[in-house]
Amino acid sequence: MDDAAITVRGLTNRFGKTTVHQNLDLDVRRGEVLGVVGASGSGKSVLLRSIVGLQRPAAGTIDVLGTKVLTDAPGDTPADGAKAVQNRWGVMFQDGALFSSLTVRENVEAPMREKLSLDAATRAALADLRVAMVGLPATAGDLYPSELSGGMRKRAGLARALALDPQILFLDEPTAGLDPISASEFDILIRSLQKALGLTVFLVTHDLDTLHATCDRIAVLAQKKVLVTGTMAEMMQVDDPWVRSYFHGPRAHAAQPQAVH
Amino acid sequence: MTSTQVEVGTASRAELVGAVTLTNLDQQRSFLGQQSGVDVLDLAKVTTLDTAGAWAIASFQAAQKARGRDIAIANATEAQSLLLQTVVDAMPPVRKRRRRLPHHEAHDLLLDLGKAVTVFAVGIGQTLGFLGLVLSRLAATAINPSRLRVTALAHHMQQAGLNAVPIVGLMGFLIGVVLAFQGASQLEQFGAEIYVVDLISISMLRELGILLTAIIVAGRSASAFTAAIGSMKMREEIDAMRVLNLDPIELLVLPRVLALLILLPVLGFIANMAGLLGGALMAWIDLGISPAMFRTQLAANTSVTHALVGLSKAPVFALIIALVGCYQGLQVEGNTDSLGSRTSRSVVVAIFLVIVVDAVASIFFSVWGV
Repeated sequence: MDDAAITVRGLTNRFGKTTVHQNLDLDVRRGEVLGVVGASGSGKSVLLRSIVGLQRPAAGTIDVLGTKVLTDAPGDTPADGAKAVQNRWGVMFQDGALFSSLTVRENVEAPMREKLSLDAATRAALADLRVAMVGLPATAGDLYPSELSGGMRKRAGLARALALDPQILFLDEPTAGLDPISASEFDILIRSLQKALGLTVFLVTHDLDTLHATCDRIAVLAQKKVLVTGTMAEMMQVDDPWVRSYFHGPRAHAAQPQAVH
Repeated sequence: MTSTQVEVGTASRAELVGAVTLTNLDQQRSFLGQQSGVDVLDLAKVTTLDTAGAWAIASFQAAQKARGRDIAIANATEAQSLLLQTVVDAMPPVRKRRRRLPHHEAHDLLLDLGKAVTVFAVGIGQTLGFLGLVLSRLAATAINPSRLRVTALAHHMQQAGLNAVPIVGLMGFLIGVVLAFQGASQLEQFGAEIYVVDLISISMLRELGILLTAIIVAGRSASAFTAAIGSMKMREEIDAMRVLNLDPIELLVLPRVLALLILLPVLGFIANMAGLLGGALMAWIDLGISPAMFRTQLAANTSVTHALVGLSKAPVFALIIALVGCYQGLQVEGNTDSLGSRTSRSVVVAIFLVIVVDAVASIFFSVWGV
């Protein structure tokens, strides 16, 4: 598949005797926003962690932008030689996972400092640009993570994930713990950044509003594999008890079935 | 892959070529820096453009605009213009650095001094306040012993006391060996080898046994107390206790204080005995003083007062170590940095205070004449 940014084949993850994924297949196409949903404990975060290399699966292959992340050495990347595939994705963790001893600007600068040889002024300017792009006020750059609200921490986490201009963005529960207004602002932010930067987004969420507002396709994780993938409209037609109750439950009716495409 | 400048008619154009991205940002910026006479920037030959590249173009435009020239962008794809627009909208204002003058430095110096003095004074006040708080809770628990958390107390007695026995014993033994060895080589010159027994017993029982035990326990337990309570503070567990109307002092601090109060004297005693054992062994090997002779000399010349003077300091040291450890833990704030700095500070302050109190006690006992 030429237009696939991420291809997962036969992924199996086990913790002790518990099998989380069994022979899981998933494709994420270039330039799409894929929402991953599933019950708590169905292994959404484990899937994300497997793709970005934080969790070593028991079996399976994972191909990201033409690199077999489990087997290829960093130098084997075919597309642009020595550049490791890690530099081409950004990850935003659930609570931002900002380095608490650094200011927001230093957090955003950190990946640039490690991976590139830029002068300090350029680095600071690029960090400020990222901070502004995610909708944080200019003064936020000098604050420490403990001085930020939950929503601001998520935005700062997003700014750090964007620091190296990634092609793929992984978001773990981007709107969890946000009030509805901040959450929908965050949805719009993700969608507009995705369009402007041409990102491929892998989004783990529980938030039906986020699914409506941002996702091109949705993948449902259940029974240790990807049960179905498809657009929101297709999800409504799926005849599986869990999928039905997820997309037709009382909370689903409250969610607006109109996307911000 | 180099960018070029071409003259077309009256308007001068510059062409950016290839990738305009974070990786070759310097190259493209230095090219842009030379294009001060350009009116149109042509992006037709740009293969990839990312936010860093768009930022370089946008800041070039802004710099030229400041000099009264408008730069037009030509042949940008739809995606590229969208990206450029996003970046232009987000462009933060240029931050200005204020030049620092000598009086700024002097001002900062004074400010730092003032802050340090205030922090020190407030720190003493708060520590005394904390001591009072713990003592009042201790008194309340003494009146109503059912409030005491026996399980927690036993747990901390095991952690801070029992588990420290091997290291404390080994330390005492080695100090005894060292004293015997060093004392022997000096006293041999006067033919007074037998007094090595007095040297070992008095210095070990009176000072070194308990002092070194306290230092080891300060390193082990003060840091553990701070780290444990500090990480609870970071994860809002302390706040959770408060809203459940549970008293963190009673739940967290008192068991730790009591555990050390009970067990530091015991640890000190173990260190003393291990020291005497090590000293006796070394005296036997090195000087030929038999264990029986060692025992006779010890019983004849070293009064039990020395051991009591030494052990009488143990509860004070225990109180200092436990209070400093718990207090620093409760001072931890929301970031990982403060946990680390508070933990190291708790060890330094605890050891420092133990040594200060030991010096004061040493003067006190000698004036008192014991």
